[in-house]
Amino acid sequence: MRPQNIKEMNKKTKKASRHTSQNEGLIFEKSSPGKRAFELPSLDVPATDPAKALGADHRRAGIEGFPEVSEIEVLRHFTRLSTWNYAIDLGMYPLGSCTMKYNPRVNEFVARLDGIATEHPYQPQELSQGCLKIMRLLEQCLLEMTGMDAITLQPAAGAHGEMTGLMLIRAYLEKQGNPRKRVLIPDSAHGTNPATAVIAGYEVENIKSESHAQIDVEKLRDLVTGDVAALMITNPSTLGIFEQRIPEIAEILHSKGALLYMDGANMNALTGVTRPGDLGVDVMHLNLHKTFSTPHGGGGPGAGPVAMKKILEPFRPVPILVEKEGGRLALEPVRPNSIGRVKAFSGNFGVLVRALAYILAYGPGVRQATEDAVLNANYIRKQLEGVYELPYSLPSMHEVVFSDAIQKKNGVNTMDIAKRLIDYGFHPYTTAFPLIVPGALMIEPTESESKEECDLFIDAMKAIAEEAATKPEIVKTAPHTTRVRRLDEVGAARKPVLRWKPAVPRSEAAD
Amino acid sequence: MRYLPKSPVERKEMLAAIGAKSIDQLFSGIPERFRLREALKIPGPYSEAEVIQYFKERAAENSDGYTSFLGAGVYNHLRSVVTDAIIQRGEFLTSYTPYQAEITQGTLQAIFEFQTLMCQLTGQEVANASVYDGSTAMTEAVLMSERLTGRQRVLVARSVHPEYREVLKTYAKNSGLRVEEIPFTARGTADAKALQAALKDDVAAVVVQSPNFFGVIESYPSLAELAHASGAMFVVVVTEGVSLGIVKPPAEADIVAMEGQSFGLPPSYGGPFAGVIASRDKFVRQMPGRLSGQTTDSEGQRGFVLTLATREQHIRREKATSNICTNQALCALTATVHLTLLGKEGLREMAEQNLSKAQFALSELLKIPGVRRTFDAPFFNEFTVEMPRSVKILNSQLLREKIIGPLALGTAYPELTKHALVCVTETTPRAEIERFAEALRRALERPI
Amino acid sequence: MAYPKNYRYTKEHEWISVDGALATIGITDYAQHELGDVVFVELPKPGAKIEAGKSFGTVESVKAVSEIYAPAAGEVIESNGELQNTPEKINTDPHGAAWLIKVRLTNAAELSGLMDAPAYEAYIAAKSTEASA
Repeated sequence: MRPQNIKEMNKKTKKASRHTSQNEGLIFEKSSPGKRAFELPSLDVPATDPAKALGADHRRAGIEGFPEVSEIEVLRHFTRLSTWNYAIDLGMYPLGSCTMKYNPRVNEFVARLDGIATEHPYQPQELSQGCLKIMRLLEQCLLEMTGMDAITLQPAAGAHGEMTGLMLIRAYLEKQGNPRKRVLIPDSAHGTNPATAVIAGYEVENIKSESHAQIDVEKLRDLVTGDVAALMITNPSTLGIFEQRIPEIAEILHSKGALLYMDGANMNALTGVTRPGDLGVDVMHLNLHKTFSTPHGGGGPGAGPVAMKKILEPFRPVPILVEKEGGRLALEPVRPNSIGRVKAFSGNFGVLVRALAYILAYGPGVRQATEDAVLNANYIRKQLEGVYELPYSLPSMHEVVFSDAIQKKNGVNTMDIAKRLIDYGFHPYTTAFPLIVPGALMIEPTESESKEECDLFIDAMKAIAEEAATKPEIVKTAPHTTRVRRLDEVGAARKPVLRWKPAVPRSEAAD
Repeated sequence: MRYLPKSPVERKEMLAAIGAKSIDQLFSGIPERFRLREALKIPGPYSEAEVIQYFKERAAENSDGYTSFLGAGVYNHLRSVVTDAIIQRGEFLTSYTPYQAEITQGTLQAIFEFQTLMCQLTGQEVANASVYDGSTAMTEAVLMSERLTGRQRVLVARSVHPEYREVLKTYAKNSGLRVEEIPFTARGTADAKALQAALKDDVAAVVVQSPNFFGVIESYPSLAELAHASGAMFVVVVTEGVSLGIVKPPAEADIVAMEGQSFGLPPSYGGPFAGVIASRDKFVRQMPGRLSGQTTDSEGQRGFVLTLATREQHIRREKATSNICTNQALCALTATVHLTLLGKEGLREMAEQNLSKAQFALSELLKIPGVRRTFDAPFFNEFTVEMPRSVKILNSQLLREKIIGPLALGTAYPELTKHALVCVTETTPRAEIERFAEALRRALERPI
Repeated sequence: MAYPKNYRYTKEHEWISVDGALATIGITDYAQHELGDVVFVELPKPGAKIEAGKSFGTVESVKAVSEIYAPAAGEVIESNGELQNTPEKINTDPHGAAWLIKVRLTNAAELSGLMDAPAYEAYIAAKSTEASA
């Protein structure tokens, strides 16, 4: 049934067709003693005998099982693996809340320049003015975009930024005399928020949204007591909807001495259009690997700068970037009220370079990117409304959330539809969030998609809805065109195999 | 704008299809008074050439043209151009976290290979897909020990990287962990006697680094025995992974926290790098970070999936084992490609060259009157020397000769003012080592 | 699957079977069904104290973790070690071979608040109608 299936499908979509992919084993299975892919320049000093210099106790004989392969084999191995991946470079990647936008290649180029990639964090600061100026300019740009007063570029990722932000809040409240106990988190917030609050030493109180998926402001008024440290809000929410009463929410918190934290994961909807600082947000993190185009690279690295209001500035993690007389920049390692260091050295500098390259390419024109992102999401919403159920009707910003309520009647759920999208040449949308919508289809196209690509996506989604109604089995057993079919996750978790091991230990094989 | 794939006509068509009169209408959810009316005050737009020009100008304000003797957690090593050719393939570079296993087998298999390489290097049974960096890996290893033992006291050798210890203290503040430090001996090793005195049945973890911050190689077995006798986890930090090419792996450790920067990642002013946590199979459920596991698909073919995900924060929410979400996948891939290129022989040779060059540098420096070796224990590619004068002043004199001198230890270790940490790798030519020794000799000959 | 008549049940879907001062505790067929394929269980060691209504362990499927709540207070005298290697037994025999812990009860009076089999069956029947509505 597979070939037939593909043929039939290919008539309906212009996006994808058949394509051979190469088989490839593990690199360890290709290894054979004596092969090598790298040679060192000859040693220009007298060779030291390791046994003598280290002592027999410390000397290692060799690394059991380490690969021995040639250069062409390494190149082919990883090239073949790479062809098994979907990527933005291949097409639309509509993962909601992940902002999978184009990763400009010039960012990669400048991050690899001699004098940028080569710099050591402990080299004298007078020889690091270039690095520090890059950090300074990025700080200034992010402050202007967020409407905040101070910033730290230290955190290595969004969740790391969240943690830093909550530690800032805690340090500030402690200084006021009472760190307080609880952090409020709405049900439409990001999945990472609760874990972060706990790491920062707070109890989590989940709060339910009102019927339009907005925060219930009246209820919030009762919930915010003297032991609430902060509310963690995602704006726009994971439903892609702007929290319209956010200034009022900020006032409620402030009147009780609590602070407003904003998860900036969805900043791609706001950049150049409105500023969280103006809305009353006290502290927020940004995901440079989302809004500011640094590549995801299969799951990282990222960077999660934290921008804040003046009151939190004294508590920023060290080192702190400061401007000295004559415009000379310096990183200061000690501040009396600082929460301390959140990571070694000075942040994920290489990621900061890429983000600044992105910002400079747009300049104030970044607003157009925001507008196009919102335009794409609303265009897709309009074309698919009715085909898929829209659980919340408030205006969408950069992403739109449907549910699988219509398809569920035929036993087809959001995961099935997502997997079927793969056959149509697209990466799935987000299925697991937001928790507030059962069977969610969370779609974020970003500004990087042309009208043509959006139309292809819409056609694919319509075709799948049609299949769900007429031949649901095809959807439920998707994907049909990938190298591997649905994988046994249960088996993987029950009997974890997390590393390769030689079939027969070498010593025994030799005997 | 070159990144935006829409013409004005297409934008109009799409607005018309939506039924909106203007783009502003799509932002009606945002209260009018909070919408920006003025353009953001940021530089740009820059053409590609202008972007490159800006960063080239900044690069010229850095240390290009200098020879450096800095290590201390960030090392210069040779990298093959093949590594960048592979990791810049869009299929790796622009792919998301591999949650959709069917179309991310490339990333998943590469992570599985990374996990295997890290186990082989560290002598451990299981390794994760990486965390932020070495410092956060160490902190996470301590938090893991806390979960495994139910204890909250932590003994950390003072010879562990000072910034790593600072990061641990930041995390400890809100978690109830009590961090105490163990002094070092006259040989530069962790003080086993002091450790024994401090160990009680309330200690969650004993943390040492090897080669330690002074470059000195620690002896694991005796320290591990002490820790285990009190029921504590023995945590070993490795900041210079290349050492594992010739130095015995910390097989006695319960948890290894390693910085992967030495495996093909450029110094990049301190990041991004890749932290690694490796441990025993039996502790895997308490290990933070992503894991790629081997399995089969419905047709019986081998494949890989992210597994044991229930440890992660988006599922456990407030009960997660840590709040680390990301792994440094591209950095881990870099390490995987780099180590595969080096292979068994390449890594051993690289390690041997580091050792030989560092030994050579030490012998050259010791020829200078007044320069003394601080610690006499075995070292890998870093060692500590005592200077007859302030290291900071000497370094400023070296700078005039385009040499970035060794790290002054006085800031982090007040008792070691006048001591400096010298790092030499396979990238440091003999002529530069000699030039450094010569420049130092001249600087010391100058009247104060 | 039938719900044994001599067991008592909690609203959180645990069962308890009492024999004098000793009791055996497990999760119900309904619970394992809701959870899906069980991949891991975490149980207390012998000697641990458990408290009525408080969590004493977890059951994991691929994508979810569920707390297990104690139906009554007591001291753990044995936990089912076999489940470490064969967690799938929880899916196949939740009321029998896949018992979780055996405890010495400290307050047998707590059992009176629990449901008997017919009450529990009615309780889960109501839950499924709620879910499909």
